[in-house]
Amino acid sequence: MNKIVSLFCGIIFGIGLVISEMINPAKVLGFLNLFGEWDPSLAFVMIGALVVATPLFHLFKNKEKPIFSSSFSISNKKEIDKKLIIGSILFGAGWGLVGLCPGPAITSIALLNMSSVTFVIAMFVGFYIAKLS
Amino acid sequence: MNIVNFTPVSALTGGLLIGLSVILFFILNGRMTGISGIASNFLISKDNRIDNLLFLVGLIFGLLIYSYFTSQKIEISITNSLFLLIGGGLLVGLGTKISGGCTSGHGISGISRFSLRSIIATMTFMIVGILTVLITNIL
Repeated sequence: MNKIVSLFCGIIFGIGLVISEMINPAKVLGFLNLFGEWDPSLAFVMIGALVVATPLFHLFKNKEKPIFSSSFSISNKKEIDKKLIIGSILFGAGWGLVGLCPGPAITSIALLNMSSVTFVIAMFVGFYIAKLS
Repeated sequence: MNIVNFTPVSALTGGLLIGLSVILFFILNGRMTGISGIASNFLISKDNRIDNLLFLVGLIFGLLIYSYFTSQKIEISITNSLFLLIGGGLLVGLGTKISGGCTSGHGISGISRFSLRSIIATMTFMIVGILTVLITNIL
């Protein structure tokens, strides 16, 4: 059942990225272009997601266990450390250069756009290098 | 500042669906969604490998299903040089793995559970993203 849920949640997430046009880097770069021609849409995507996820998360987090799994796995990291800041700076720079973050990048593989496929391959190489270090 | 191309209704609708996906993944499978985590763990870790793969396949199917049922042609525009695409991809892969999250993992899942770590990460990558676009526009 876990596997069907994973596939289903991926599909819903992907449709959300397509409807909100977040898979289009031009749209994301429009949001990051705060000091030029600004497109606030991405903020509304986050608001929409948080309006649903926040109250329901707090409602269900104290339940004994999830429906199809033996326990909840939630990160218990609290430290604000160098890795958090440096990683976020590197991510922000890559995001600002191309306008793709991991979700939209992977979803856009469906379009067989060579640029986004190249980006995704480089991203996976990045995951691997980070793991080695 | 000049507001252009703003599409609040589709942005909010898409956002609600993303929130729904995040909360279903939590209530049903007990996991908080972060695409960089799902993708990098699929590559690196044996734990939940099939689940992670299915989630990623789901993302791709999501686009195909939407496109099929709406007969809408989905287009994206990427204008970067090959060098920037590879550089940008490497930075996104490295950065999200080092900081432990991306726009979904920190920006949505983390903020929804009021994690200070994720709020700081989200502010950092947004500010750096905005500065990067500002600098790119000047150059």
